[in-house]
Amino acid sequence: MAFTLGLGVLLALLAFAPLMLSQGSLDNLIQLYFLVILAIMWNALAGYGGLVSVGQQAFIGIGAYAVVFLSVQHSLNPYFAMLLATLIGAAISIPVAAVMLWLRGGAFAIGMWVVAEVFAILISLDASLGGGTGTSAVLAFNLRYTPEQRLRYTYWAALAAAAALLVILFLLLRSRLGASLQAIRDDEAAAASVGVRVLLGKGVLFVLAGAGCTAAGTVILAWQLSIPPLGPDSIFGVNWSAKMIFMVLVGGLGTFEGPIIGAIILYLLQTYVSNAGVWYFVMLGSIAIAVALFLPSGVWGAAQDRFNLQLLPVGYRVRR
Amino acid sequence: MINAILHGILLGGLYALLATGLSLMFGVMRIINLAHGSLALVGAYMAFLFMEHLHISTYLALVPVLPGALIVGYVLQRTLLERSLRAGELVPLLTTFGLLIVIGNLLQYFFSPDVHSLPSGRIGTASWRVTSSVTIPWFDVLILAVAVVVLGGLHLLLRRTQLGRELRATASDADTAELMGVNARRVYARATAIAVATSALAGVFYAMRSAFDPFSGATQLIYAFEAVVIGGIGSLWGTLVGGIVLGVAQTVGAQINVQYFALGGHVVFLAVLILRAVLQAGGLRVLPRGAGA
Repeated sequence: MAFTLGLGVLLALLAFAPLMLSQGSLDNLIQLYFLVILAIMWNALAGYGGLVSVGQQAFIGIGAYAVVFLSVQHSLNPYFAMLLATLIGAAISIPVAAVMLWLRGGAFAIGMWVVAEVFAILISLDASLGGGTGTSAVLAFNLRYTPEQRLRYTYWAALAAAAALLVILFLLLRSRLGASLQAIRDDEAAAASVGVRVLLGKGVLFVLAGAGCTAAGTVILAWQLSIPPLGPDSIFGVNWSAKMIFMVLVGGLGTFEGPIIGAIILYLLQTYVSNAGVWYFVMLGSIAIAVALFLPSGVWGAAQDRFNLQLLPVGYRVRR
Repeated sequence: MINAILHGILLGGLYALLATGLSLMFGVMRIINLAHGSLALVGAYMAFLFMEHLHISTYLALVPVLPGALIVGYVLQRTLLERSLRAGELVPLLTTFGLLIVIGNLLQYFFSPDVHSLPSGRIGTASWRVTSSVTIPWFDVLILAVAVVVLGGLHLLLRRTQLGRELRATASDADTAELMGVNARRVYARATAIAVATSALAGVFYAMRSAFDPFSGATQLIYAFEAVVIGGIGSLWGTLVGGIVLGVAQTVGAQINVQYFALGGHVVFLAVLILRAVLQAGGLRVLPRGAGA
């Protein structure tokens, strides 16, 4: 109870941040928020559903391009476009789930990557969206808001998205569906034999993760305003998956708090190892490998085991 | 169109060669090596280095590259992949993905993001003009021939040699094989060595055929994987079939619209997945049928 109150206070403090912090700090926090969203969503898929996806960037890209499409070409209010884009992403994830959830393991992982590539190609075929050379939503935002306003509203949108997704995920995990999800993750055949509806459970997770990554994509667009051309660093690039995997592995796969810690760690690395370039990703990849092999429960998982911590009650803890 | 289909079939040879290692590793160890394409690319870059410093032809460069690849594969299995296998089901995926990222970025650092290409000698540009609209490039025929030879060699290895028997036994049931005296870890290491060597070979041929950059590995991985899945996971000759189907899908797609090249392959890949799921009412089972063809 005390902890929930503490969380409420934290949320209120964060909500009032734009009135207290500088532009630079707000900008930094927005980055942290979308990293948190990506981390918890990837963890939802892999840690709670056993679905390793190397293609969630498909939804990040959909989110970003949908906002550009709706706000630039159809002159919708960009923040309303962000909400609509998230719904579009969720809708798209349903047929994708119908096709992809037949796969398991590495087939699902690379299959999702193929899906991301397909979306990237389909969008690059549309000249009105930039034809693969990138586009931007500068007009949609700057004609309506001053830069300070844009930063503030984007901050609140990012905070709202992150908080909402955290709450949804928490409630999901505490529910009956959440228990079946963890059963599926641990032993699918056994879960099915006691009546757990495996495909339904995975489907719900997939749609949630799809919607969440789309939301992150919209925030990323609102933050950076432009979409770079196609390539590994693009909005459909596999580097997003690299970041998600890093955050979740380092933070603690299958724990609730772990991905948040992982996002904070990545954010700190990003901010302070800025000269990096290629070495930045070499480091990320190497740390991910090392953590996967030597510290499989991640920073939070190890701390949980060591100090017997449990901040948020979500079923049982995962030991990998 | 006939020309496109023909070229697609020949392109399939390259994809089959590329996919052989992926298929082998999955069949024996149930590992999907996400760094497979990147390792193929490392083979290409190593050949490039040998050529630059020793001034030899690309084909001669294969002489140091292939044994090197065998060693790399062996070491990779004994260090990284063995631990990953023990740590859990998801872990090999995660570590090989980490490896993909590390290799891609290291290649970019050492070789710059520039595009390279390896010279292919006179056979590289020779072609046979069959009719006015159909030409057959000899180089692609060479690649297809190499793919068939490699697959055939592997087939013979699996069926007729001691190592092959050990590989098949370990693939079916590693624990019982160990009871029979097979050292599973050494078998796995040899399988990985062969897989990396075939991928390095494929990488060198790929580099001779088209331009490559440090991140081509990711694309080639996707194509190799699509070839394996289309042909049927766990079947060696299926990989050849899958490669050819993929190649034809891509070239036909490109015939319709130049930008549809990769999309053609992706569409066929997803269609095969859906078809399989529909036909197998109980759901798609990604089961290995051992490493045998």
